[in-house]
Order: sequence, then C-alpha cells, then structure tokens
Amino acid sequence: MESYLFPFDSLICMLLGISFTVLFTLLLVFIIVPAIFGVSFGIRRLYMKSLIKLFEWATLRMERGAKEKNQHLYKPYSNGIIAKEPVSLEQEIQDMRRGGAEPEFDMSDIFYFCRRGVESIVDDEVTKRFTAEELESWNLLTRSNYNFHHISTRLTALWGVGVLIRYGFLLPLRVTLAFTGVGLLVVLTSIVGLFPNGRMKNYLSDKVHLMCYRICVRALTAIITYHDSENKPKNGGICVANHTSPIDVIILASDGCYAMVGQVHGGLMGVIQRAMVKACPHIWFERSEVKDRHLVAKRLSDHIADKSKLPILIFPEGTCINNTSVMMFKKGSFEIGCRVYPVAIKYDPRFGDAFWNSSKFGMVNYLLRMMSSWAIVCSVWYLPPMSRMEGEDAVQFANRVKAAIARKGGLADLLWDGGLKRGKVKEVFKEEQQKLYSKVLVGSSEDCSRS
Amino acid sequence: MGSRASSLLREEDIEEIKKQTGFSHSQITRLYSRFHSLDKGENGALSREDFQRIPELAINPLGDRIINAFFPEGEDQVNFRGFMRTLAHFRPVEDNEKNKDPTSGEPLNSRTNKLFFAFQLYDLDRDDKISRDELLQVLRMMVGVNISDEQLGSIADRTIQEADTNGDMCISFSEFTKVMPGKAIDITADLQNGA
Repeated sequence: MESYLFPFDSLICMLLGISFTVLFTLLLVFIIVPAIFGVSFGIRRLYMKSLIKLFEWATLRMERGAKEKNQHLYKPYSNGIIAKEPVSLEQEIQDMRRGGAEPEFDMSDIFYFCRRGVESIVDDEVTKRFTAEELESWNLLTRSNYNFHHISTRLTALWGVGVLIRYGFLLPLRVTLAFTGVGLLVVLTSIVGLFPNGRMKNYLSDKVHLMCYRICVRALTAIITYHDSENKPKNGGICVANHTSPIDVIILASDGCYAMVGQVHGGLMGVIQRAMVKACPHIWFERSEVKDRHLVAKRLSDHIADKSKLPILIFPEGTCINNTSVMMFKKGSFEIGCRVYPVAIKYDPRFGDAFWNSSKFGMVNYLLRMMSSWAIVCSVWYLPPMSRMEGEDAVQFANRVKAAIARKGGLADLLWDGGLKRGKVKEVFKEEQQKLYSKVLVGSSEDCSRS
Repeated sequence: MGSRASSLLREEDIEEIKKQTGFSHSQITRLYSRFHSLDKGENGALSREDFQRIPELAINPLGDRIINAFFPEGEDQVNFRGFMRTLAHFRPVEDNEKNKDPTSGEPLNSRTNKLFFAFQLYDLDRDDKISRDELLQVLRMMVGVNISDEQLGSIADRTIQEADTNGDMCISFSEFTKVMPGKAIDITADLQNGA
C-alpha cells in the first residue's frame, strides 16, 4: 500500500513547495516592494473598474427578475419618506391657526408637536447615522442584500464564485499581509528607537512608518485617491478629519507622517503603541488621564509648540459615524489655538462598507469583514489650513471647520452629538423647544392691545 | 448573515396592512425597515425605550404623550401592526380612496379619526372629556418652566370658556371638533407617496 503513495507523496511536497515559493515571490514583487517605495502597478484600479461593471450587471439582473415576478424591488430612499421643509416653530404654528390671527393658545397647537413627533418616528436624522448606509445597487455581498428572493440562478452562481474568491483567496492573502505589516512595524520601530535622537532617526522613523502603513493599505486592498496634496498638514498643527472607522488612521498615515493620539491599550494594541512611540513621539494617554481635560490640552499644546514634532491627528467627532454625515465636533482640539488642517474622507460604499458599528461588532469581527469585502475605496481631500478668527470661540470655530469638511466630502452637516450613539440627548434641547413655544404664547400678551 | 427586514414581512401581511391602513406596498416595506431598525431588542415589538432613543422625539415636549398613543391600554409593547395602525392616522386625506370598502367603516386617516387622535393626547384618563386639569397638564408640558401657574391657569380657563358649549367646564369630543380649524388637520405629517 505505502509503496503506491511514496512517489506521489514527494511529488505533492515538491508541488506545494514550488507553489509557495512562487506565491511568496509574487507577493514580494507585486505588493511589498512597491509598498516600500510608494509606487503602484495600478492592479487595484483595474480590479476596481471591473468590479463596478459587475455590480451594475448584477443590479440589472435583479431588476429584471423583479419585474418578471411583478414585484417591487426594495429601493432605499436617501431622502427619507417624508417631505420636510425647514420652517420655524412660530411660522408653523401661525400657519396652523385661523389665518395667523391673535397669537394665544389654540388647542390645535398640539398638532405642530404631534406632527414633528410622528415625523421623527418615521424618519429621523440621527439614528440612521449609526448604522451602515443602504446601497442602491447590490455588490454581491450577502450582508448588504435586501432583495434576496429576486436572485436568479446565474446571479447566485456569481455570488458563490465571489464568496470563494473572497474567502478562499483574498482573505488569506490579506491576513498574511496584515501580519507582515504589523510585524514589520513593531520590529522596525523598535530598531529605529535604538538610534540617538536627531535628523537621522526622524528620517528613518518616517520611512518605516510610511512603509508599514502602505503594506497595511494593501492588506485591505484600499484604493485611495488623494486630492489637493499641497494642503498636507505640516509640523506644529493639528489635522482633523471625520471618523468612520479605525481604518481612517491607516489611510491618512500612509500618505503622511502624523503623531497619533489615543488611549493606552493592553494586548497587541499596547505592544504596537509602545513600539511606535520608541521611534517618534506619539501621544498616548492613560485611561485616568483622559478625563482630565486640562492635562490633555496641555500635552497637546506642548507637542505642537515643538516644531520638530509631527502634526497631531485627531478625530473630533469622538466616535465612528456611518460616513453619510459629519456630527458635532468636540471643541477640545479647537481651543488650543494653532493651525488646523481639515481633511475630508469619503468612502465609496459599493465595494465594502467601512463603517464600524461598535455596538454590533467587535474589532476582530470588523477587521474580518473588512478583509473579506471586495475592496475599500475612498477619497481623501486635504483642505487648506484654518485658524481661529477674531471674536470666534472654540465652538464656532469647530462648526466652521466641520461645515468645510462636510461640504468637501459631500456629507450632511449635522449639529447632533455623535455621543447620541450610546447616550441620551440632553434635557437642554427639550427646554429650548419649550422656551420657543412659550414665546409664541406669552410674547403675544405683551404686544396685545386689549386687556 | 444579516437577512434584512423586508424579507421577514410576508406578502399576505403586507396586503392586509395595505387594506387596513391604506399605505402603499413600498411605504409598508420602508416603514417595516424603520420599525426593524428601531427594534434594538430584535423581538418583533417596540418598547417605550426604543422610541425614546430617537433624539428628535426625546426633545419634543409632547414626546411622551405621542409615544403613549402607540401603546394600547396597559401594554408595554407594540408590534408592527399596531405601529402601522397608529401611523395610518397621519396619512394625508385623499379624495378618491382606491380601496374604498363600504363595509370596513371609516378609514383610519379620516378627519374624524385624526381629530380623535389629537383629542386622546389631551384626554389622559380616557373619559371622553378634557378637564381643566388635563388641559393644564398638556400646557405645562409644552411651555416648561417659562410661564407662571397663574398665567397658564388663565390661558386654560379662557380656552375652556371659548370651546365649552354645554357648560360642564370640560371639552367633549364634539366641542373639540368644532374649535379645530380645518387647515390644522390636513397638514398633519404628509407621508410622501413613494414609487
């Protein structure tokens, strides 16, 4: 029996060995070496273009399938189901009353609040920002399909092939690259940390960071387009960007060198953090220090004052938002009084939704989902630097920067706090509504001529 | 795998809801998706906390009363049918109702039913009368701390005086209907007709 298997055995071993070597060489040549030098073969863009054609075809098939069965294809309304006009409280109540006569209490006033309430139940601006955006066309990922029963056999076969490719080929490849990238980051930054402080160290640290982030970018098959690179952040400034996922960091850091800000973590993250800080100064806070706003502000200002240190990267929203809007910016980083370099990041959701719904998925689950998507496609816009103007306080400055980022990235500009993802809305806002209505009732009795 | 909400709603259910409430097919699937996204506990029913999680509703002075309107007497959960029945009150009134079934009674979004919904926002103890206290309660919710008790009391008295025709110092449903301006009803939440 065994004599049969022997010659096959060594043959199989040889084949496996050869294929591994070939694979590894290909990996090295096409992925890692370009990452080191920051060049690109354009393979990813070609991949992206073919994927778009594929998705459009898939959607057409589903529409055709739906029409044959005489059913409606579920289409998400990006504008919501309600026709809303921005009218003020006073105006609306006056319109509702008998032709805008004497403003006093009218029993129909409750209709205003009633209608606003029901409108917000049917569709509101805030809760939908904390779940993944819904797509117009299907991208052959199960997780974003709402029309399951409209799929023909051909589409199902295509989807099956897609699953094989994504989980059988792309995922292992990407995981290997990710480990390589992170491993190299830890090892090389530790080595650079042994050098004496000086220009050589900074130069090497920059190169090492860039190289490792580029490998990570390829590990996610991220296809990034950078716009307006002449506005790239410089030393002594703060870079602010809208936050959609932890990948934002990798995307920005593979094009420029930043000092990161964050809490000290344990485990693998902690190892990475400790290694990184050996090569160049990042700002890591202990959990206890995070609450102390003055301490945080002081450390940030000290870092900025030192012109030899890299620009700080901060995400003022404080939490991940689903990339359809920009939510309230926390004013802390805008109080420091240095130049702010805004950056807008917009992901293309067709290839893979980058939003991290941290209440639904843990970090590892999220990364696996990222690595088994088709690709991460995004655009980055570097906006010209802004500084606080005379007579402007931190909140107004923050809102101004936020509006610029929202405008550039094509996102909705919201005043709501991203903290609403987890917490309750403050009573203050309800009190404001009450005050406005009171003015309608009472303000009238002041200029009411009778009685 | 994440099978989405619309696939959990069967065609028969959609047809029934369509007949009962008058919403179109696409509106129903859309609202079901919304219902599903509000249902954090994923048990097919909404609780009061699920509604409270909507910030714009939480800051509405009458938010609690509106939420209450969704829950039947003494219950803490509302399922999709109940959700749709309540929302149906806010569909704009149409002149030619396509599914007009003479035996099914008045459609949910008729003027009378819309007014009754509003009446019930005031009438907390469901005794079919709005007393001075109930009126004061709603007024207090709407103005917060910005108006004094005396002023609020006089506003309430004046309102009851204007509306009350049978002298019982309470507002009944028919008296309520008479003081409602025609305009107020029609602009109640225009739910856009989807394709």
